[in-house]
Amino acid sequence: MKNLILTTAALAITAGMAFADGHSVVRMGTEGAYPPYNFINDAGDVDGFERELGDELCLRAELTCEWVTNEWDSIIPNLVSGNYDTIIAGMSITDERDEVIDFTQGYTLPDPSSYLAASADVDLKGGVIAAQTGTIQASFIAASGATLVEFSTPEETVAAVKNGEADAVLADDAYLRPIADEDADLQLLAQQEMIGGGVGMGVRESDGELKAKFDAAITSMKSDGTLNALLAKWEIGGSF
Amino acid sequence: MACYLTTGKHMSIYWSVLTVLLLLAITAPTALAFGFAGASAARSRVAPVSWLGRGYIALVRGVPDIAFFLFFVIALDQIIEYVRHRAICPDWPEPVRQGSDFVVCQAAKMPLGNAPQWVHESYGFAIAVFTFAIVFGAFAANVLHGAMSAVPRGQIETGESYGMTHRQTFWRILVPQMWVYALPGLSNLWMVLIKATPLLFLLGIEDIVYWARELGGIKTSRFTDYPHGDWRMWYFLALLVFYLIFTRISEIALDRLMSRLTRGQATTGGEAQRKVGLT
Repeated sequence: MKNLILTTAALAITAGMAFADGHSVVRMGTEGAYPPYNFINDAGDVDGFERELGDELCLRAELTCEWVTNEWDSIIPNLVSGNYDTIIAGMSITDERDEVIDFTQGYTLPDPSSYLAASADVDLKGGVIAAQTGTIQASFIAASGATLVEFSTPEETVAAVKNGEADAVLADDAYLRPIADEDADLQLLAQQEMIGGGVGMGVRESDGELKAKFDAAITSMKSDGTLNALLAKWEIGGSF
Repeated sequence: MACYLTTGKHMSIYWSVLTVLLLLAITAPTALAFGFAGASAARSRVAPVSWLGRGYIALVRGVPDIAFFLFFVIALDQIIEYVRHRAICPDWPEPVRQGSDFVVCQAAKMPLGNAPQWVHESYGFAIAVFTFAIVFGAFAANVLHGAMSAVPRGQIETGESYGMTHRQTFWRILVPQMWVYALPGLSNLWMVLIKATPLLFLLGIEDIVYWARELGGIKTSRFTDYPHGDWRMWYFLALLVFYLIFTRISEIALDRLMSRLTRGQATTGGEAQRKVGLT
C-alpha cells in the first residue's frame, strides 16, 4: 500500500512537470446527441456541423483543440468549474445563460423552431408538447400555456411523440427535418416559432482572451464565406 | 450485421462493459476497507474516534446518493485543485472564485488542461471509485458493525480468560467469526453496487446505459451508414440479460462463500453442516 501511494505521488509529480506549460490545449465541450449540429458518428467520434466549424476555428485561431462530450443537463456547471474550456453544442444565446457564461458572436442565424407531430391537427395551446430540458424551446412551451414534458436528451423527445406520450415536440428545425423526412408517421407542422438569438460558443466569463480569439476566427469565417458553405452543407437554415 | 456490431461506436459500449467491471473490481474491496475502518472506529473505546466512525456512517447513509454524487465529486475536484493552486502558484493575483467561475492557475489544473483525454478519463474514473467507496463503505460499516456485535460475547470472554489483550481478541476471535454474520448484508450491498453503476454517468463517465441509449436511438441515413428506428428496447434488453447473468453468477459465488464461512461456526448453519458430516 505504501509503495502504491509513493508510486502514485511520483507519477503525479512527473506528470505535473511534463505538462507544466499552460493553456496549450483548448477542450471543446459538446453534447454529441443533436445532429446535424453535433453527434457521435459510426466510428465513435464527435461529428457534425460544429465539429467541422470548431476544427476550422481552432486552426484559424492557432489553438490545439480536443473534443469532449458532456450531458446537456450539466454542460454549463462543468464549464464554469473548468472541466473544459468552451461549449460548442448548438446552444442558443439567451440573456439567462449570458448571466452565467459568456458567448462569442453567433455562428448561425436564429434558426426557426419547428413542431414535429404524428398528425397535423395538434392543439398547440392546450396539448402536451415535449422539449429537451434547459432549452429555449422548453422555456417557450412553459410560457405558452401548453403542458410541457421535458426529457434530458433530444432523442427521447422524439420517442415521446412516436409512442403517444406527447402530441408534438418543439426543437430546432435543422434537428427535426431529417427525422421527418425519413419517418412516414411523423410530419412537421406549418407553424414555426422564432425564438433564440442564434447559436454561439460558450466560454467562461473570466476567459476573455479565449473569447476574443474565437470571435476573431468566426468573423474571418463569416467574411470569406466558409461559414455559409458549412451551414449549407449541414442544411442549417439561414446564411450570413 | 457483423459490420454494424463492430463499428467504432459499438466498440465503445464493449469498452464500457469492461469499465463497469473494473469499477466493481476496484470499488468492492475499497468500500469494504472503508467499511471495516468505519466499523472498527465506531466500536473504538476512544470517544473521538468512535464519534468519527459513527458520524461517517450516519452522515453518508443519510444523504441521498444522487445529491452526494453531484455535490461531493465537484467539491472534491475543486478542493484538490485549490490545494494544488495554493502550493504551485502562491503568487497568483486573481481570486479563485470569480462570480460563478472557479479559476485556478493552469499549472494547478487536475488533470492539466493539455493532458491527453485518457488522463482526464482515468482521473474521472479514480474520483468515481473513491466516491463509490465512500458511499458504499458507510453501508458496509453499518453491516460490519452489526456483525461484530453479533459474535457471542462468550467467545471473546474465553479469549480474554486465556490472557489475550483487547487487540488480540479483536483480530483472532472477533474478526474471523464476524464474516458469517456480515455476509448476507454485504451480499445485498454488492447487488446494489452492481446496479448503481449507471450513476457513473453523473460523474461524466460514459457507462453501458449511456451507450445503450445512444446506440439505440433513432438514426437517420444522413448521419450514419446504418439508419434504424428506435432500437433502444433491444439494447436495454441486452443490458437486462447482462445484469441478470451477472447477478446470478454473483449469487452462486456468494452462496459458496457463505457455506465456506459457515464451516465450524456456532450458528444454525454451522450446526447443520456438522450433522451431515461436512466438517
